[in-house]
Amino acid sequence: MADENESKGEKKYKYSIIIPTYNERLNIAIIVYLIFKHLRDVDFEIIVVDDGSPDGTQEIVKQLQQLYGEDRILLRARAKKLGLGTAYIHGLKHATGDFVVIMDADLSHHPKYLPSFIKKQLETNASIVTGTRYVKGGGVHGWNLMRKLTSRGANVLAQTLLWPGVSDLTGSFRLYKKSALEDVISSCVSKGYVFQMEMIVRATRKGYHIEEVPITFVDRVFGTSKLGGSEIVEYLKGLVYLLLTT
Amino acid sequence: MFFVVRRMKHVVKIMSLVVAVSSIWIVLLQAAIIPRSYTLLQLPIYFVVSLGCYGLLMIGIGLMQFPTCPEESVLLQHDIAEAKDYLSGNGIEVVSD
Repeated sequence: MADENESKGEKKYKYSIIIPTYNERLNIAIIVYLIFKHLRDVDFEIIVVDDGSPDGTQEIVKQLQQLYGEDRILLRARAKKLGLGTAYIHGLKHATGDFVVIMDADLSHHPKYLPSFIKKQLETNASIVTGTRYVKGGGVHGWNLMRKLTSRGANVLAQTLLWPGVSDLTGSFRLYKKSALEDVISSCVSKGYVFQMEMIVRATRKGYHIEEVPITFVDRVFGTSKLGGSEIVEYLKGLVYLLLTT
Repeated sequence: MFFVVRRMKHVVKIMSLVVAVSSIWIVLLQAAIIPRSYTLLQLPIYFVVSLGCYGLLMIGIGLMQFPTCPEESVLLQHDIAEAKDYLSGNGIEVVSD
Protein backbone atom coordinates (compact mmCIF):
# COMPACT_ATOMS: atom_id res chain seq x y z
CA MET A 1 0.00 0.00 0.00
CA ALA A 2 2.70 2.47 1.03
CA ASP A 3 4.65 1.65 -2.13
CA GLU A 4 1.68 2.43 -4.35
CA ASN A 5 1.23 5.85 -2.78
CA GLU A 6 4.94 6.56 -3.07
CA SER A 7 5.02 5.78 -6.78
CA LYS A 8 2.03 8.04 -7.37
CA GLY A 9 3.89 10.95 -5.83
CA GLU A 10 7.13 10.17 -7.68
CA LYS A 11 8.06 12.16 -10.70
CA LYS A 12 7.92 10.15 -13.93
CA TYR A 13 11.14 10.37 -15.89
CA LYS A 14 11.66 9.76 -19.58
CA TYR A 15 14.60 7.74 -20.87
CA SER A 16 16.19 8.13 -24.29
CA ILE A 17 18.03 5.03 -25.46
CA ILE A 18 20.63 5.78 -28.13
CA ILE A 19 21.75 2.81 -30.20
CA PRO A 20 24.37 3.40 -32.92
CA THR A 21 24.05 0.79 -35.65
CA TYR A 22 26.01 -0.41 -38.65
CA ASN A 23 24.81 -3.56 -40.39
CA GLU A 24 22.64 -4.74 -37.52
CA ARG A 25 19.56 -5.72 -39.51
CA LEU A 26 18.95 -8.82 -37.44
CA ASN A 27 19.99 -7.61 -34.01
CA ILE A 28 18.20 -4.26 -34.00
CA ALA A 29 14.77 -5.88 -34.26
CA ILE A 30 15.55 -8.28 -31.42
CA ILE A 31 16.95 -5.53 -29.24
CA VAL A 32 13.88 -3.37 -29.78
CA TYR A 33 11.62 -6.28 -28.85
CA LEU A 34 13.61 -6.95 -25.69
CA ILE A 35 13.63 -3.29 -24.65
CA PHE A 36 9.86 -3.13 -24.92
CA LYS A 37 9.62 -6.41 -23.03
CA HIS A 38 11.73 -5.26 -20.08
CA LEU A 39 10.61 -1.64 -19.82
CA ARG A 40 6.85 -2.09 -19.77
CA ASP A 41 5.95 0.67 -17.32
CA VAL A 42 8.67 3.10 -18.33
CA ASP A 43 8.41 6.19 -20.50
CA PHE A 44 11.17 5.82 -23.08
CA GLU A 45 12.19 6.38 -26.66
CA ILE A 46 14.73 4.48 -28.76
CA ILE A 47 16.97 6.55 -31.03
CA VAL A 48 18.64 4.48 -33.73
CA VAL A 49 21.63 6.25 -35.25
CA ASP A 50 22.39 4.25 -38.37
CA ASP A 51 25.47 5.07 -40.45
CA GLY A 52 24.09 4.22 -43.85
CA SER A 53 24.07 0.43 -43.41
CA PRO A 54 24.00 -1.38 -46.73
CA ASP A 55 22.27 -4.45 -45.27
CA GLY A 56 18.82 -2.92 -44.89
CA THR A 57 18.98 -1.99 -41.19
CA GLN A 58 16.99 1.18 -41.82
CA GLU A 59 14.20 -0.72 -43.59
CA ILE A 60 13.81 -3.00 -40.57
CA VAL A 61 13.76 0.03 -38.26
CA LYS A 62 10.96 1.58 -40.34
CA GLN A 63 8.96 -1.64 -40.01
CA LEU A 64 9.55 -1.56 -36.26
CA GLN A 65 8.29 2.01 -36.23
CA GLN A 66 5.04 0.82 -37.80
CA LEU A 67 4.70 -1.82 -35.14
CA TYR A 68 5.69 0.12 -32.03
CA GLY A 69 5.01 3.73 -32.98
CA GLU A 70 7.10 6.48 -34.49
CA ASP A 71 7.12 8.34 -31.20
CA ARG A 72 8.79 5.39 -29.48
CA ILE A 73 11.38 4.58 -32.15
CA LEU A 74 13.26 7.40 -33.80
CA LEU A 75 15.45 6.77 -36.82
CA ARG A 76 18.11 9.41 -37.08
CA ALA A 77 20.41 8.11 -39.79
CA ARG A 78 23.64 9.44 -41.17
CA ALA A 79 25.13 9.09 -44.63
CA LYS A 80 28.14 6.97 -43.78
CA LYS A 81 30.24 5.53 -40.97
CA LEU A 82 31.26 8.53 -38.94
CA GLY A 83 32.32 7.11 -35.60
CA LEU A 84 30.82 6.38 -32.23
CA GLY A 85 31.37 9.70 -30.46
CA THR A 86 29.65 11.69 -33.17
CA ALA A 87 26.86 9.09 -33.27
CA TYR A 88 26.11 9.78 -29.60
CA ILE A 89 26.22 13.54 -30.18
CA HIS A 90 23.88 13.16 -33.14
CA GLY A 91 21.48 11.04 -31.10
CA LEU A 92 21.65 13.47 -28.19
CA LYS A 93 20.39 16.30 -30.39
CA HIS A 94 17.13 14.39 -30.86
CA ALA A 95 16.79 13.05 -27.33
CA THR A 96 13.84 14.35 -25.33
CA GLY A 97 14.36 12.27 -22.21
CA ASP A 98 15.64 13.32 -18.81
CA PHE A 99 18.13 10.48 -18.98
CA VAL A 100 20.12 8.97 -21.84
CA VAL A 101 21.12 5.32 -22.10
CA ILE A 102 23.82 4.27 -24.51
CA MET A 103 24.20 0.65 -25.53
CA ASP A 104 25.53 -1.55 -28.31
CA ALA A 105 23.30 -3.01 -31.00
CA ASP A 106 24.95 -6.41 -31.27
CA LEU A 107 23.16 -7.97 -28.27
CA SER A 108 26.31 -8.03 -26.14
CA HIS A 109 24.36 -5.60 -23.94
CA HIS A 110 21.11 -7.19 -22.84
CA PRO A 111 18.11 -4.90 -22.29
CA LYS A 112 17.09 -6.93 -19.26
CA TYR A 113 19.59 -4.88 -17.24
CA LEU A 114 17.88 -1.59 -18.07
CA PRO A 115 15.56 -1.75 -15.03
CA SER A 116 18.56 -2.21 -12.72
CA PHE A 117 20.27 0.85 -14.24
CA ILE A 118 17.12 2.91 -13.71
CA LYS A 119 16.61 1.60 -10.19
CA LYS A 120 20.20 2.32 -9.20
CA GLN A 121 19.96 5.86 -10.46
CA LEU A 122 16.69 6.52 -8.64
CA GLU A 123 18.06 5.07 -5.40
CA THR A 124 21.32 7.00 -5.38
CA ASN A 125 20.52 10.05 -7.54
CA ALA A 126 23.73 9.34 -9.43
CA SER A 127 24.60 11.36 -12.52
CA ILE A 128 25.98 8.32 -14.27
CA VAL A 129 25.29 4.61 -13.85
CA THR A 130 27.77 2.40 -15.67
CA GLY A 131 27.54 -1.32 -16.31
CA THR A 132 30.49 -3.38 -15.14
CA ARG A 133 31.37 -6.87 -16.34
CA TYR A 134 34.10 -7.43 -13.80
CA VAL A 135 32.28 -7.70 -10.48
CA LYS A 136 30.34 -10.51 -8.86
CA GLY A 137 26.96 -10.72 -10.50
CA GLY A 138 28.44 -9.61 -13.78
CA GLY A 139 30.49 -11.57 -16.23
CA VAL A 140 31.69 -12.25 -19.73
CA HIS A 141 31.03 -15.18 -22.04
CA GLY A 142 32.92 -15.93 -25.23
CA TRP A 143 36.41 -14.77 -24.27
CA ASN A 144 39.35 -17.14 -24.40
CA LEU A 145 42.19 -17.07 -21.87
CA MET A 146 44.34 -14.68 -23.93
CA ARG A 147 41.51 -12.21 -24.22
CA LYS A 148 40.80 -12.37 -20.49
CA LEU A 149 44.49 -11.91 -19.74
CA THR A 150 44.83 -8.79 -21.88
CA SER A 151 41.61 -7.42 -20.47
CA ARG A 152 42.78 -7.95 -16.91
CA GLY A 153 46.26 -6.57 -17.64
CA ALA A 154 44.82 -3.51 -19.35
CA ASN A 155 42.48 -2.96 -16.44
CA VAL A 156 45.22 -3.19 -13.77
CA LEU A 157 47.39 -0.78 -15.73
CA ALA A 158 44.56 1.70 -16.17
CA GLN A 159 43.56 1.48 -12.50
CA THR A 160 47.16 2.11 -11.38
CA LEU A 161 47.71 5.06 -13.70
CA LEU A 162 44.33 6.74 -13.81
CA TRP A 163 42.51 5.93 -10.52
CA PRO A 164 39.24 6.03 -12.45
CA GLY A 165 36.82 5.12 -9.69
CA VAL A 166 35.05 2.48 -11.78
CA SER A 167 35.90 -1.18 -12.28
CA ASP A 168 35.06 -1.41 -16.00
CA LEU A 169 36.63 1.39 -18.00
CA THR A 170 35.94 0.32 -21.55
CA GLY A 171 32.33 -0.68 -21.06
CA SER A 172 29.76 1.14 -23.16
CA PHE A 173 26.51 0.21 -21.45
CA ARG A 174 25.73 3.35 -19.45
CA LEU A 175 22.96 5.59 -18.21
CA TYR A 176 23.61 9.33 -17.99
CA LYS A 177 21.66 12.29 -16.78
CA LYS A 178 21.17 14.16 -20.04
CA SER A 179 23.00 17.25 -18.77
CA ALA A 180 25.94 15.13 -17.56
CA LEU A 181 26.31 13.42 -20.93
CA GLU A 182 26.18 16.71 -22.82
CA ASP A 183 28.83 18.14 -20.52
CA VAL A 184 31.23 15.19 -20.65
CA ILE A 185 30.90 14.39 -24.35
CA SER A 186 31.77 17.94 -25.38
CA SER A 187 35.25 17.56 -23.90
CA CYS A 188 36.09 14.12 -25.34
CA VAL A 189 38.14 13.70 -28.50
CA SER A 190 39.26 10.05 -28.61
CA LYS A 191 37.96 7.30 -30.85
CA GLY A 192 36.81 3.73 -30.29
CA TYR A 193 37.02 2.18 -26.87
CA VAL A 194 39.49 4.84 -25.68
CA PHE A 195 36.55 7.19 -26.17
CA GLN A 196 34.53 5.18 -23.63
CA MET A 197 37.46 5.37 -21.23
CA GLU A 198 37.85 9.09 -21.77
CA MET A 199 34.17 9.66 -21.05
CA ILE A 200 34.21 7.92 -17.71
CA VAL A 201 37.58 9.33 -16.61
CA ARG A 202 36.56 12.89 -17.49
CA ALA A 203 33.31 12.37 -15.64
CA THR A 204 35.24 11.21 -12.58
CA ARG A 205 37.56 14.21 -12.77
CA LYS A 206 34.61 16.59 -13.03
CA GLY A 207 33.26 15.13 -9.81
CA TYR A 208 30.12 13.47 -11.16
CA HIS A 209 28.48 10.89 -8.90
CA ILE A 210 29.01 7.56 -10.65
CA GLU A 211 27.46 4.24 -9.64
CA GLU A 212 27.97 0.76 -11.07
CA VAL A 213 25.65 -2.15 -11.73
CA PRO A 214 26.80 -5.66 -12.69
CA ILE A 215 26.02 -6.71 -16.24
CA THR A 216 26.73 -9.82 -18.26
CA PHE A 217 28.35 -9.50 -21.64
CA VAL A 218 27.96 -12.18 -24.29
CA ASP A 219 30.56 -11.66 -26.99
CA ARG A 220 29.09 -13.16 -30.14
CA VAL A 221 31.84 -12.05 -32.47
CA PHE A 222 33.65 -15.35 -32.20
CA GLY A 223 36.90 -15.89 -33.97
CA THR A 224 37.77 -12.31 -34.81
CA SER A 225 41.00 -11.31 -33.21
CA LYS A 226 40.16 -7.93 -31.75
CA LEU A 227 43.42 -7.55 -29.93
CA GLY A 228 46.40 -7.37 -32.24
CA GLY A 229 49.60 -5.46 -31.65
CA SER A 230 48.23 -2.23 -33.05
CA GLU A 231 45.24 -2.39 -30.68
CA ILE A 232 47.60 -2.64 -27.72
CA VAL A 233 49.63 0.33 -28.97
CA GLU A 234 46.44 2.34 -29.42
CA TYR A 235 45.42 1.46 -25.89
CA LEU A 236 48.75 2.51 -24.39
CA LYS A 237 48.69 5.76 -26.33
CA GLY A 238 45.19 6.35 -25.04
CA LEU A 239 46.29 5.73 -21.46
CA VAL A 240 49.16 8.19 -21.72
CA TYR A 241 46.86 10.75 -23.34
CA LEU A 242 44.35 10.37 -20.51
CA LEU A 243 47.09 10.47 -17.92
CA LEU A 244 48.36 13.79 -19.20
CA THR A 245 45.17 15.58 -20.15
CA THR A 246 42.60 14.67 -17.50
CA MET B 1 44.32 21.48 1.29
CA PHE B 2 42.01 18.68 0.21
CA PHE B 3 40.27 21.05 -2.16
CA VAL B 4 43.60 21.92 -3.74
CA VAL B 5 44.43 18.25 -4.21
CA ARG B 6 41.00 17.60 -5.75
CA ARG B 7 41.35 20.38 -8.29
CA MET B 8 44.82 19.29 -9.48
CA LYS B 9 45.22 17.67 -12.84
CA HIS B 10 45.70 13.94 -12.39
CA VAL B 11 49.25 13.94 -13.77
CA VAL B 12 50.20 16.51 -11.13
CA LYS B 13 49.01 14.14 -8.42
CA ILE B 14 51.12 11.34 -9.88
CA MET B 15 54.15 13.62 -10.13
CA SER B 16 53.70 14.66 -6.50
CA LEU B 17 53.77 11.01 -5.47
CA VAL B 18 56.95 10.46 -7.49
CA VAL B 19 58.54 13.52 -5.87
CA ALA B 20 57.48 12.35 -2.40
CA VAL B 21 58.99 8.89 -2.91
CA SER B 22 62.17 10.39 -4.38
CA SER B 23 62.52 12.71 -1.39
CA ILE B 24 62.37 9.76 0.98
CA TRP B 25 65.09 8.11 -1.11
CA ILE B 26 67.28 11.25 -0.95
CA VAL B 27 66.73 11.63 2.80
CA LEU B 28 67.75 8.02 3.35
CA LEU B 29 70.87 8.65 1.24
CA GLN B 30 71.78 11.74 3.25
CA ALA B 31 71.00 10.33 6.69
CA ALA B 32 73.03 7.19 5.99
CA ILE B 33 70.92 5.08 8.37
CA ILE B 34 71.12 2.38 5.75
CA PRO B 35 74.50 1.92 3.98
CA ARG B 36 74.74 4.40 1.06
CA SER B 37 75.63 1.86 -1.59
CA TYR B 38 72.57 -0.16 -0.65
CA THR B 39 70.17 2.78 -0.74
CA LEU B 40 71.57 4.22 -3.93
CA LEU B 41 70.80 1.41 -6.29
CA GLN B 42 69.35 -1.60 -4.53
CA LEU B 43 66.44 0.12 -2.77
CA PRO B 44 65.02 1.64 -5.94
CA ILE B 45 65.41 -1.67 -7.74
CA TYR B 46 63.63 -3.53 -4.96
CA PHE B 47 60.90 -0.89 -5.01
CA VAL B 48 60.30 -1.15 -8.73
CA VAL B 49 60.43 -4.95 -8.68
CA SER B 50 57.90 -5.07 -5.80
CA LEU B 51 55.60 -2.76 -7.75
CA GLY B 52 55.93 -5.08 -10.74
CA CYS B 53 55.19 -8.16 -8.62
CA TYR B 54 52.20 -6.44 -7.08
CA GLY B 55 50.89 -5.65 -10.55
CA LEU B 56 51.36 -9.23 -11.71
CA LEU B 57 49.67 -10.49 -8.56
CA MET B 58 46.66 -8.26 -9.19
CA ILE B 59 46.48 -9.53 -12.78
CA GLY B 60 46.70 -13.14 -11.62
CA ILE B 61 44.05 -12.76 -8.95
CA GLY B 62 41.79 -10.91 -11.35
CA LEU B 63 42.25 -13.65 -13.93
CA MET B 64 41.39 -16.39 -11.44
CA GLN B 65 38.32 -14.54 -10.23
CA PHE B 66 37.23 -13.48 -13.72
CA PRO B 67 33.46 -13.76 -13.66
CA THR B 68 32.04 -15.87 -16.49
CA CYS B 69 28.45 -16.52 -17.44
CA PRO B 70 28.04 -19.42 -19.86
CA GLU B 71 24.35 -19.68 -18.99
CA GLU B 72 23.79 -16.21 -20.42
CA SER B 73 24.55 -17.45 -23.90
CA VAL B 74 21.75 -20.01 -23.59
CA LEU B 75 19.33 -17.44 -22.19
CA LEU B 76 20.19 -15.13 -25.06
CA GLN B 77 19.34 -17.84 -27.60
CA HIS B 78 15.92 -18.23 -25.96
CA ASP B 79 15.38 -14.47 -26.07
CA ILE B 80 16.31 -14.36 -29.74
CA ALA B 81 13.88 -17.18 -30.55
CA GLU B 82 11.11 -15.49 -28.57
CA ALA B 83 11.77 -12.20 -30.34
CA LYS B 84 11.76 -13.80 -33.79
CA ASP B 85 8.45 -15.51 -33.03
CA TYR B 86 6.76 -12.32 -31.95
CA LEU B 87 8.17 -10.26 -34.80
CA SER B 88 7.27 -12.69 -37.57
CA GLY B 89 3.79 -12.89 -36.06
CA ASN B 90 3.60 -9.14 -36.61
CA GLY B 91 4.90 -9.18 -40.14
CA ILE B 92 8.55 -8.43 -39.53
CA GLU B 93 10.79 -11.10 -40.95
CA VAL B 94 14.20 -11.35 -39.31
CA VAL B 95 16.32 -13.80 -41.22
CA SER B 96 19.68 -14.98 -39.91
CA ASP B 97 22.71 -14.74 -42.12
